[in-house]
Amino acid sequence: MTTSDVGALSAVDLIKTYPGGRNKPSVRALDGLSLAVETGTVFGLLGPNGAGKSTTVKILATLARPDSGSAFVGGVDVLRHPERVRRVIGLVSQKASSDPLATGRENLVLAGRIQGLSRAGAGRRATELLARFALGDAADRLARTYSGGMARKLDVAIGLVHRPQVLFLDEPTTGLDPEARAELWAEIARLAEKDQMSVLLTTHYLEEADRLAGRLALVDAGRVVVEGTAEELKSALRGDTVTVGLRRSEDVPAALTLLDRLPGVHGLNPDGRSVRASADDGAVAVPVLLTALDGAGIEVASVALTRPSLDDVYLRHVGRSLEVAA
Amino acid sequence: MSVPTLVSHSAYLTGRSVRALSRQPAFAIATLVQPVIWLLLFGQLFRSVVQIPGFDAGTDSYLEFLTPGVIVMTALFSSCWAGTVYIEDMQRGVMDRLLASPVRRGAMMIGTLAYQAVTTLVQTLVVLGVAILAGARFAGGSVGLLVTLLAAVLLSAIMASFSNALALLVRQQAALIAISQFVVLPLQFLSSALMDIALAPQWVQDIARYNPVDWAVVASREALSAQPDWGAVLPRLAALALLGLLMGWLATRAFRSYQRSL
Repeated sequence: MTTSDVGALSAVDLIKTYPGGRNKPSVRALDGLSLAVETGTVFGLLGPNGAGKSTTVKILATLARPDSGSAFVGGVDVLRHPERVRRVIGLVSQKASSDPLATGRENLVLAGRIQGLSRAGAGRRATELLARFALGDAADRLARTYSGGMARKLDVAIGLVHRPQVLFLDEPTTGLDPEARAELWAEIARLAEKDQMSVLLTTHYLEEADRLAGRLALVDAGRVVVEGTAEELKSALRGDTVTVGLRRSEDVPAALTLLDRLPGVHGLNPDGRSVRASADDGAVAVPVLLTALDGAGIEVASVALTRPSLDDVYLRHVGRSLEVAA
Repeated sequence: MSVPTLVSHSAYLTGRSVRALSRQPAFAIATLVQPVIWLLLFGQLFRSVVQIPGFDAGTDSYLEFLTPGVIVMTALFSSCWAGTVYIEDMQRGVMDRLLASPVRRGAMMIGTLAYQAVTTLVQTLVVLGVAILAGARFAGGSVGLLVTLLAAVLLSAIMASFSNALALLVRQQAALIAISQFVVLPLQFLSSALMDIALAPQWVQDIARYNPVDWAVVASREALSAQPDWGAVLPRLAALALLGLLMGWLATRAFRSYQRSL
């Protein structure tokens, strides 16, 4: 098998159970999770806390062992040859992973030396990464003085020191302010595009998965519920949401009855002074809808057309909203 | 992975700890001041115990008797904190990052033991220096000094391994400290560190025979004396070295327990 055949990462039927405490049942963190990531792409694992995202990362990064199942990184069996896998991966775990009593530069140089870079090579690489992540001015300050966003950028830089083939990013932007998040997103997007790195990203932010992941898998209760590109997943829902705001709330029942008869419109719901409907194609449905309401003398205050979000996808497949779950 | 890599990785990690210590000057100074206070305080407090009939100090200066005791006690108390660094690394993602890197578990263990050894060497030299300034004289000369340093370093390796293993097993700072304190004080007092053990009850003497703290104290006290009984020194050094290797190996195995918890 050649490398291109096996892809960057794969996991088949991972099962992992954590023993419970006294009088507590054991917890099944992974319940047959499978995934495959192609080389040079960002693959997103999207799901609420406790869905099994971090456990998957820990298994693929050689930290934890599954009860059963198999996992490969760059064609190498993670369970049989963890030491070979460790040379080609970078891990940015959920927790801050820099040494607070070392400077940014010292953190990077030590990480580089451990990964087998020469003293000079590690120094050069540190300078390069500090510049890339806009940490040059803070390079010689202790990491414990870094802001949340700076510390997280340093974590990612540390994970990149040895130019890994596969990078694991476990909740990279959790707890960051919107500005720091946007900045980190831009860098992560460049990793796959420019550096041809394969990235496994876990997140419970819909927007993050939508923006960064070429393909993504929705995870719930230790298994992948559905997988595809964000567009595929949204289009599969077949339906835009049309929200029509009415001028008079007493018109709502009449509007519901009227719209129910229109072809291509379904799933009608009242929502205060508005009526919400699903339409197979929103752009076609809106004029038809407005004409019908106008003909019946129902005054319209506003119309909004929304494409399905990843949260709608999540809601459809898992049965609850991720926004609420997370 | 090759032996040179194991050595260089251990050296990087030792360097990391030494650098961290240099960034905490107050802590660094405290690690040096504390043993000096013990030496001078206990030296004054128990000054007259050498006059108890039957107290076989080999000297009429309690300070000379006490110095090896305080050196070993310092190695014991400093190294029982070793595991706290592991727990800090676990609470951050540092431990996981290292475990997912090409660093061998052995290098992670050796790195902390070597750092403890460096600390212990400096502390030992400071305690000896202060004792000499305070009037103590050690006939054992440079051989006595080397044996004392070796005994202190071996004991620190044993205790640091124990502390690291505990850290990997209990994974909580409070539990680690509680268990360490529970173990360390009896080890200290069931030995001849402060007192001629011949004056203690038989059961204390029986236990002390198996206490590595006592091995280290007896080996260094003998080696520092005018006529060392090498038959007492060498077997104890050998026992310390063997126990150190065993504890270091067991502690390295404890990484598996930590990883099972992940």
